[in-house]
Amino acid sequence: MSELEIKQNNTIEVKSKTLVKEKLQIPYAVLCELTHRCPLSCPYCSNPVELEMKSKEIDTETWKRALSEAVKIGILQAHFSGGEPTARKDLEELIQHACSIGLYTNLITSGVLITEERLKKFYDAGLDHVQVSIQDTDPENSEKIAGYKGHAKKLHTCGLIRKVGLPLTVNAVMHRQNLHNLKSMIDLAVELDAERLEVAQVQYYGWALKNQTAFLPTKEQLDNATEIVEEARVRLKGILAIDYVVPDYYAKRPKSCMGGWGRQFLNITPAGKVLPCHAAESLNFLEFDNIKDKPLSWIWENSDAFNRFRGTSWMPEPCQSCDRKEIDWGGCRCQAFALTGNENATDPTCEFSPYRNVLDEPLSNVGKEEIPEFIYRKINVRKPLNGIGHNSNKSPKS
Amino acid sequence: MTELLTLNEECIPKLPRHAKLRFDEARKKWIINAPERVFELDEIASEIIQLVNGESSISVIIDALCDKFEGAPREVISKDTLSMLQSLADKGFVII
Repeated sequence: MSELEIKQNNTIEVKSKTLVKEKLQIPYAVLCELTHRCPLSCPYCSNPVELEMKSKEIDTETWKRALSEAVKIGILQAHFSGGEPTARKDLEELIQHACSIGLYTNLITSGVLITEERLKKFYDAGLDHVQVSIQDTDPENSEKIAGYKGHAKKLHTCGLIRKVGLPLTVNAVMHRQNLHNLKSMIDLAVELDAERLEVAQVQYYGWALKNQTAFLPTKEQLDNATEIVEEARVRLKGILAIDYVVPDYYAKRPKSCMGGWGRQFLNITPAGKVLPCHAAESLNFLEFDNIKDKPLSWIWENSDAFNRFRGTSWMPEPCQSCDRKEIDWGGCRCQAFALTGNENATDPTCEFSPYRNVLDEPLSNVGKEEIPEFIYRKINVRKPLNGIGHNSNKSPKS
Repeated sequence: MTELLTLNEECIPKLPRHAKLRFDEARKKWIINAPERVFELDEIASEIIQLVNGESSISVIIDALCDKFEGAPREVISKDTLSMLQSLADKGFVII
């Protein structure tokens, strides 16, 4: 039996006895970013800096067609995400469609907009699993990070999810400003009867890169966290599964981002663009095909964006002669490009990368600098030419 | 709160709603879809899991496998079956 673990926060880890070396793989999962609208404004949001407006969102029928095409190319799981996916009124219809064609469905939500009645509809539609983000166990800090007063509502939603009968994963992005509460986060996940806790790390591109100094943990915090997780994993075996990856700034080798570019995963944006990973638009030189124009099978096989970093032929040295090149597949392209300006650069997290200093430098200052204010995620509304624009900018409410 | 489950031959195992067994045509394999993960089952695991129906005890499942694979000692089949199901139970993907 081999186990493929599809993690959020940009990581797919393959635990398989054999690595298949065909050029074109069958993808496992599609991340459907139904909307970029979200009441929260987390400063580490994985959405692109240029967020899509509601008017650009693809309609219900287009999403349904995309899901049907996903099944045809062998996709097994659909993750409904955002923004906040429950902001879409057609979510139950999309879940129902996905389940009816055999997809395993997962809802990734902040939990702040869901009623019990709607959760029951999701359940009846066939939803398999829900993942709720919790920013911290300290309500005040949780709401400061999210830029939204919704902590109590999140906990309430978790209770409703279990009451309705759905399995729950708590997703906790941990960083410099909340790692001291990791123990209580684990306790909270147990208390909420979650089956999994994802201790996720901030990935530094897009919004998070703007807030890097505010989030980078100290080495001491990290070592402490690793110890806490190791103890809890033993103590809670069979009760709570804990996913935990060392943040790659402190790692010696890159992670296998998305299980390799264009190998296992694809992402559809609110506007219908098909991406090899949810951050791929940060690679601003790439052009992405749209589900409105082309079938998903064509895009998976032929899209320039998918083929750009597929396989290993694009890799420079020292990657090219590295025996791990088909293990980590070159790490994270988005982070490499964001930090070095060179899209082919060896991932700076690798100890053999000529760019390792771009990580070591901020790391050497961690703990010495004052923690800056957050730059919150918000939709940047361009004023129309006549100067009368509606302002949907969300300012932090705490 | 969930409690740790230790399986023995008396247990009647089943898959919870959120662990879905199916044959995947694209990969020509039995798979279990679970939250954020996919289990691709090898031949032995596929034989075992297809007998998990919420009615048969593990002992009945082992007997059925013994009938199907004549010559294989019961203790070997028993050990394989319990360890395979326990590994899924540890993750909450087999319940009783």
